[in-house]
Amino acid sequence: MTDFFGIPLPALLGQLLLGLVNGSFYAMLSLGLAVIFGMLNIINFAHGALYMMGAFLAWMGLEYLGINYWAMLLLAPLVVGALGIVIERALLQWLYKLDHIYGLLLTFGITLVTEGIFRSFYGVSGQQYAVPEALQGATNLGFMILPNYRAWVVVASITVCIAVWALIEKTSLGATLRAGTENAKLVQAFGINVPRMITLTYAGGVALAAFAGVLAAPILQVSALMGSNLIIVVFAVVVIGGMGSILGSILTGLGLGVIEGLTKVFYPEASNTVVFVVMAIVLLVRPAGLFGKEK
Amino acid sequence: MNGRNPLPGYAALFIAIAALPLLGVYPIFVMKVLCYALFACAFNLLIGYTGLLSFGHAAFLGTAAYVAGHALKVWGLPAPLGVLLGAACAGAMGLLFGLLAIKRAGIYFSMITLALSQMLFFVFLQASFTGGEDGLQSVPRGSLLGLDLTQDLTLFYVVLGIFIAAFWLIYRTVHSPFGQVLTSIRENEPRAISLGYDVDRFKLVAFVLSATLAGLAGATKTLVLGFATLTDAIWTTSGLVILMTLVGGMGTMIGPMVGALIIIALENKIGDLGQALANLTGIAWFNGLGESVSLVTGLIFIVCVLAFRRGVVGEAWALWEKLRAPRAS
Repeated sequence: MTDFFGIPLPALLGQLLLGLVNGSFYAMLSLGLAVIFGMLNIINFAHGALYMMGAFLAWMGLEYLGINYWAMLLLAPLVVGALGIVIERALLQWLYKLDHIYGLLLTFGITLVTEGIFRSFYGVSGQQYAVPEALQGATNLGFMILPNYRAWVVVASITVCIAVWALIEKTSLGATLRAGTENAKLVQAFGINVPRMITLTYAGGVALAAFAGVLAAPILQVSALMGSNLIIVVFAVVVIGGMGSILGSILTGLGLGVIEGLTKVFYPEASNTVVFVVMAIVLLVRPAGLFGKEK
Repeated sequence: MNGRNPLPGYAALFIAIAALPLLGVYPIFVMKVLCYALFACAFNLLIGYTGLLSFGHAAFLGTAAYVAGHALKVWGLPAPLGVLLGAACAGAMGLLFGLLAIKRAGIYFSMITLALSQMLFFVFLQASFTGGEDGLQSVPRGSLLGLDLTQDLTLFYVVLGIFIAAFWLIYRTVHSPFGQVLTSIRENEPRAISLGYDVDRFKLVAFVLSATLAGLAGATKTLVLGFATLTDAIWTTSGLVILMTLVGGMGTMIGPMVGALIIIALENKIGDLGQALANLTGIAWFNGLGESVSLVTGLIFIVCVLAFRRGVVGEAWALWEKLRAPRAS
């Protein structure tokens, strides 16, 4: 049986894999958004721009300094995380007492500035980034050809997602973090430096976005606009998942990537909009999202 | 406000605008500003008076721009009918968006409207009647009650008339019992619910009204400029209208107009400004400023959110009150 509803099996599996790859990016980004939202109560619109910056840093590292992919996979999140600390301390911390919308608007402004800078230097055309040597080529699984790099992306991002989930749900640091999102004042009374925790949470969240960016660099075009195209889909993922649980954002991200991949096979015209259609349906049935708690 | 009747002030403002072309100001520019000002006023009805941040208002501008363009160009409908049809379609789209979006409050509302408008953007990108990446070009202006709209000056007064009518409608809405309920929802939603108001219904009506007026702006814009493109429907335009309202002053009648003027003028003149700065400072980088409008608008966003949340009009008003206060007491 090589056909599946009239679609050749290899094509179907190929699109499924592509969907899974996209889904891993959705999962990592919505996870970072969820962590930041939980702690700072800010929807980080800049998330897409920082993801783009991660991809660009990887490209710039190789182009100008000759730093290879593996080093950038570590370095780019560190650089972007440090930038996150600056952003949080210099800008975001003044907004916590205000309406949520100001956080959204400020980070939107950060997005425009970041994109504007990269655009004025590199234009809007994409830069190519070569797949690292160790991951070039493909493995023949018998029923399909699996490009090694894509397999690596899926494995790496799922590993990172699970690690973040475990960190937050299973460790004492995570317990403090969760307590801090519930009642910052009380946690502070236990002698924990909540403002520093908030800063580090933001840095961690945006570092995750940068990590996703470096992972994306060899398979997507590195361009100034790559983040803003993605972030809105990620917002839809967040709405569908419901922002309530860490695990929810991971599962929703991966699931929607797969749905998108399948749509590309069966009805390509709708592949750009299917995520939003799913969002509309979920909102009609469960306004709080799949994993969200009704308030 | 302080109870004084603001209507003579508005009348004076509109008379001044009506005189602009006679003073040699390029009418197309003023019309463009008026269209965006109407767009921003419609948006402000939601954020300023109801407390709902819609991040998808470009969807309504774009819908109406395309529908009006198609109606005028392909179906050959007369201008007023095309504009009204565009606004009506935007209103219908607003009903659809509103039904989905008002189920969630606050930040979720914003993200849902943003996502829905992005969906519509992709529909416009692929649909056959929109002309894809090229958009609809050379839409005819036609005539209105025997007036030849191909004359810039005639069209100018028609557009100004449309704007004043819409402005009056918004003014009446805000100052009606309905508008008072909207304000109470903005200020304290649980209390509005406890008073027995069907808050979701009020929000939905406000949303549809705002979408229709945003559509009116989009359809008029097509009439003025003669084209409708994907730029009208893209999410950055939704961001732009937020910026206009924020810069001018949320929750004021005049603020969105001022904001629209500032942003449109900036977009049109930023290249010149960059060149002037390059000549002044000798830094060649400024020459490219015209290509990075988003960099400048982003900076304005950040500064406004951090320091001038009341916007130009709001800050000016606060300053005026402060200056008056010592004398009054």
